[in-house]
Formats: sequence, structure tokens, C-alpha cells
Amino acid sequence: MTLEQLPVGHKARIAALEGDDSLRARMFALGLRTGREVLVIRRARLGGPLQIRIGSTDLMIRRSEARLIRLVDEVATIFPTAASAG
Amino acid sequence: MKRIALLGMPNTGKSTFFNRLTGAVARVGNWPGITVELLDARILLGAEMVEVVDLPGIYNLHGYSEDEQVVRHFLEHNPVNLLCVVANAAQLDRQLSLVLQLRELGLPMVLLLNMMDEAKRLGIAVEQEKLEKALGVPVIPLSAKHGQGFPWAKGMLEKSLLGTQAQSADPAKFAHDDELEHELEKLVSETVHTPIQMTPTLTCRIDRTLLHPWLGLPLFLLSMYLLFEAVYTVGTPLQDGVEWLLGLAKQSLIEPALAGTSPALQSFLLEGVYNGVGTVLSFLPIIVLFFLFMGVVEDSGYLSRAAFLMDAFMGRLGLDGRSFVMQLMGFGCNVPALMGTRVMRSRGLRLLTMLIIPFSLCSARLQVFVFLTTAVFSPQTAPFVLFSLYVMSFFAAFLTALLYRRKLPNSEPLLLELPPYRLPTARQMVNRGWHEAKHFVRDAGGFILLGVVAVWFLTHYPFSATPAGADTLAGQIAGWMAPLFAPLGIDNLMSIALLFGFVAKEVVVGALAVIYGTSEGALAGIIATQLTWIEAYSFMLFVLIYTPCLSTIAVMKQESKSWLFTFVAVVWPLTLAWLVSFIFYQVATRLAA
Repeated sequence: MTLEQLPVGHKARIAALEGDDSLRARMFALGLRTGREVLVIRRARLGGPLQIRIGSTDLMIRRSEARLIRLVDEVATIFPTAASAG
Repeated sequence: MKRIALLGMPNTGKSTFFNRLTGAVARVGNWPGITVELLDARILLGAEMVEVVDLPGIYNLHGYSEDEQVVRHFLEHNPVNLLCVVANAAQLDRQLSLVLQLRELGLPMVLLLNMMDEAKRLGIAVEQEKLEKALGVPVIPLSAKHGQGFPWAKGMLEKSLLGTQAQSADPAKFAHDDELEHELEKLVSETVHTPIQMTPTLTCRIDRTLLHPWLGLPLFLLSMYLLFEAVYTVGTPLQDGVEWLLGLAKQSLIEPALAGTSPALQSFLLEGVYNGVGTVLSFLPIIVLFFLFMGVVEDSGYLSRAAFLMDAFMGRLGLDGRSFVMQLMGFGCNVPALMGTRVMRSRGLRLLTMLIIPFSLCSARLQVFVFLTTAVFSPQTAPFVLFSLYVMSFFAAFLTALLYRRKLPNSEPLLLELPPYRLPTARQMVNRGWHEAKHFVRDAGGFILLGVVAVWFLTHYPFSATPAGADTLAGQIAGWMAPLFAPLGIDNLMSIALLFGFVAKEVVVGALAVIYGTSEGALAGIIATQLTWIEAYSFMLFVLIYTPCLSTIAVMKQESKSWLFTFVAVVWPLTLAWLVSFIFYQVATRLAA
């Protein structure tokens, strides 16, 4: 699965990054690296971007870019969606 | 002279450290092969004068963005004695990647771990000595904002400079990258200790309200509205004060000094040059205040949240969330909003955003509209008329984006940091306001002055004619333009006012007063008898859409560094203004008949 499909309040480990070199370099620099855990905090409405957390950094990422981030299949629930996602 | 290059990722407080280190003596320097402006300052470190250069914030030394290329180019072509790298201690897990890349260059280096206070609050612990040993460079914990650790950092820079030779970086060393990933994981796991589950911070709680799916956007619009209110509540009296001082100086100093000279020279100096200087200076309080307040919002981290909220819609127009933020800033004043587009990396995106900002109904245009709507419309309809102009402003901007998005493609993936909410210090705010004010006076000032003098000349030559009358150059131009403006319901007198408005919308009402040969007070009555509501609205549509002022054109050129773009940014709004006014006037007169 990809980061785009990860539901709000769930966390999973990054399996691979796709996309061109410049985008991957950018992702790398922002902490999106293979093996790291990423948590989805919220999704903007109408197909808008995702807010995600990597370590102590919050990022916003468009769905099109989130689709390029492959995740390993084990997914952990961090917080219940209805209460905290807003 | 020895040279220190200051480097770091965005949002690390690098510029705050730079300001603290150098005081307010920084200037914009010229560097071989680099087109963007870099701040540099000369300071006394120990017994030596040292030059400190603030390089743009970058995420990656190997990236392809403009900023990253600038940094690479700088290090290749300008010898430095020392790299001073600023990293955010709360985000070392990713920031150390840049440090490792920079270390590969083999230049002497000092690492400053900034925002130690923030890291501690998050429960993050950094083993400074271990990190120092692993990296082989001095590591100093610091809070640049509050000053803790600053003397230590300064002392370390001084010490590290001793006996260094300035050298430039070897381009070959920029190349390799991938091995670093493994080293980074090892380094982070050994020296940085992050709590397993972070406690919900204040930022998370604020986000829950400000990024609320339904309340988020209204809350943002409300805060922007309050910001503009604040700028104008404080700024208008200041602006009046500046004008009063200028008037006083004119009456008591300049007019007596010019008493014996020819009327043409007097008119040139007073109504041309002096008014030009006045226009620049009266803009200043608003610009400074705007940047002060905007600085608070920017540093707070709120703007990236607004970008998050609006990105879905703006993305469909070929823009992104940040474009919307700049567009809103433009409702205060277009000039700082245009400067604000510097954060965009893709040139297409940046230019497209710069193209739509001038359609934002700025406060100067608001003055014209408030004057005309109250003169021509009833108190009941006036607010709706004004509101319709705001709607038109968005319509023109979005239409422009749709038409030009193919020409100015946005290749920039939106991957932005949402930094924790922060409050800036007073010192940061003052520095910022001062810097932007200097920038505005130096770069846009001369251009505005020139424009005002040009309009003065057009409306006064030949000197035998009545100023702004039909026999002057402006009158003749208005005569030639009549076939263009007649179908819009804009007569010769009004089109001269449009000529004035090209310089700045602030002068439109004053210009109308000169043209109708009356005082500003009596003007409303005259306009009401001279113009039908259709003519007045057509005029307002034109004023809304065509070039906002010379300052925006000057800044447009300064920021885009392209005459072609500046040309398009002037001609397209003129064309659109004409079309919209034409369609409105023709349809409305036919329906009314």
C-alpha cells in the first residue's frame, strides 16, 4: 500500500520511495526515508494534502506525492480517528 | 579577510543567529555567478575582521532547487575559511543528513544545535560530546532566539578560524550521497534520544482548531482580516503624519526657498519631484507595519497551515496553497505580497502567482472605490457594489491562473514542513521591518519618483496650458485614447485620472479633483452629477483590474528579473480590464435602455 491509502491516525513503516531524483532527495532531506515510521495526522478536504508526522517533524504532502511512498503492510493504530483527527 | 559561510535547513533559526551575530549591519552583496541576493556582514571576531555570508536555507546539498544550486555555486566559486552550520536540535533525525553532506566537502566546520529549548520541551536529548566525536567537528548547543549559548558559539567560531586558509569546495565532492543514509541512521540512533511516543504538544491542540475541516478556513480569513485592520488602524494615522510633515516642510522650507524661481521650475520641483518623494515616503509606514505584522504570522507557522487548507482548490488552478496566502496578503498591499513569493522554488509557479497577485483589491484601490460608491450609489446599495468588486477581484485572479497555467507550468511537488507554532521576538520583528523598508526605498523608490515626474510632465507640458487640461500632453493622449475608452463609458477627463492611477491608486481621487478643478471635498457632488452609475461602475472595474501602481511593476521586475514577464504582467491586466469594462458597459447600457 501507499502513504495515500493510510487512514488518519495510523502509522506504518516506509518500504520504498518512488519518483524522480530531485523529489526523492527532497523527501530524504525532510526525513522520509526507507525504514522510518510515518503517521497520518489529518487529510484536507476535497482531495487536499495530508498532514503527516515523521519523528518530530510535521509535513504536508499532496496526495499525488503520497502515492509515491510505499509502505510495509503492518499498520498500527495510534489514535482513534473520530476523536483526534478533526 | 577571512570568510564564514552560514548554512542550514529552512526553519532552523539560521537567520536569527545571523542577525544576532552581525547586528543590523548586514547588506546585500554581489557574488560571482549568483543572481539571488545574499546577505553578508563584516564583524569583528577576536582581533580580526571577518565576513559572514548568510546562504539560503537548503534541505539538501545535492538537490535541484534554485536555492540548492545557489549554495553549491557559492561554495565552488567563493573560498571560505569556515562553514557554520545551524541545525534544529528538535529535528536532528533528519537535519544531520545535510551536516553529513557538508562534512564531505572537507572544509573546516562548526555545528550549532539551535532551538535546544524546544528540543528539551519535546523530551529530545542530544549527546553533544558523542556527536562531536562522531562528526569530528565542534558542536555547540544554542538558543539563537533567546541568546543562551551564544557567547560560547561566537568564541568557537573565533577559535575555529585560527590558522585556516580560505578554500573553495571541490565540485566532485558534491556528487556522492547514498552511503550517507546508513551513516545517518547510525549517528542518529547513537546520539539523539527521542521519546517513543511524543506527548500531545500545544501545537497539536492549536492545529485541531486551526486546521478544523469546516472552521479552519473561516478562522484563517478572519485572522487575515484582523491583521489588515490592525495595519490600517495603526498605519493610516502614521501615513497622515508623514503627509502632514511633508506638507509642513513644503510650506515652510521649500516654497520660500523657491520663491524667486520660474513657475515652471517650481511646479516641476513641487508637484513633480517633491510629490514623487512624498508618494514613496507615505507608502513607507504601511510597508514597515505590514512586514512587522506579517513577520509575526510568517514566523508563527500559521501560513503553512493556510496553504494546507487551500491547496486542493489552488492546485486545480495550477497554483498551490502558498499562492492563496500571497494573494490574500495582496489585499493589504500587492508589493509585499509579490516579495513574499520568494519562498517558491519552481519559477513557473512563482511567476503565475506573481501574475495573479495584482488583481487583489489592495487598500489603495479600496480608497477609490469607497469614494466613488458613496458618491454615486445609495447607502443601501454601496456595500453590495463594494462586495461585487471583491468577487470580481478573485474572478480575475482565478481566470488569469486558468489561462496562463500552461504557459507557466508548476513543476513543484508540494512537500512542506508544518513547523511548530512559534512567537517571534521583538528584536526579530524590528530587524525585519527595517530591512524591508530599506529594500523598498532603494529598489522601488527611484522608479516611483521617475513615474511621478513623468506624469507631472505629461499633465503640465506645454506650460502655457491649464494643468491636466485638453491642451497638455496628457490631454492630447486622452484625446487619442478616446476611441479606446469611449466604448467603456470612460470620458477624456476620467481617462486622464486613469493615467494618474498608473502611478499609484492613492492619487486617483486627488487627480480627479485637479481635473475637475475642484477640492476633494466638493468632488463627490460633482461626480454624482457627471457620471451615471453604469459609467462609474465601468470605471471602477477598470481601476480594479489594470496595473495597480508603479511600485508593483518595479517589484515585479525586481523579483522576476525578466522584462518579458514584466511586460506581460502589465499588458494582460490592461487587456482584461478593457474587456471586462467593455462587456459590462455595453451590456448594462443596452439593458438599461
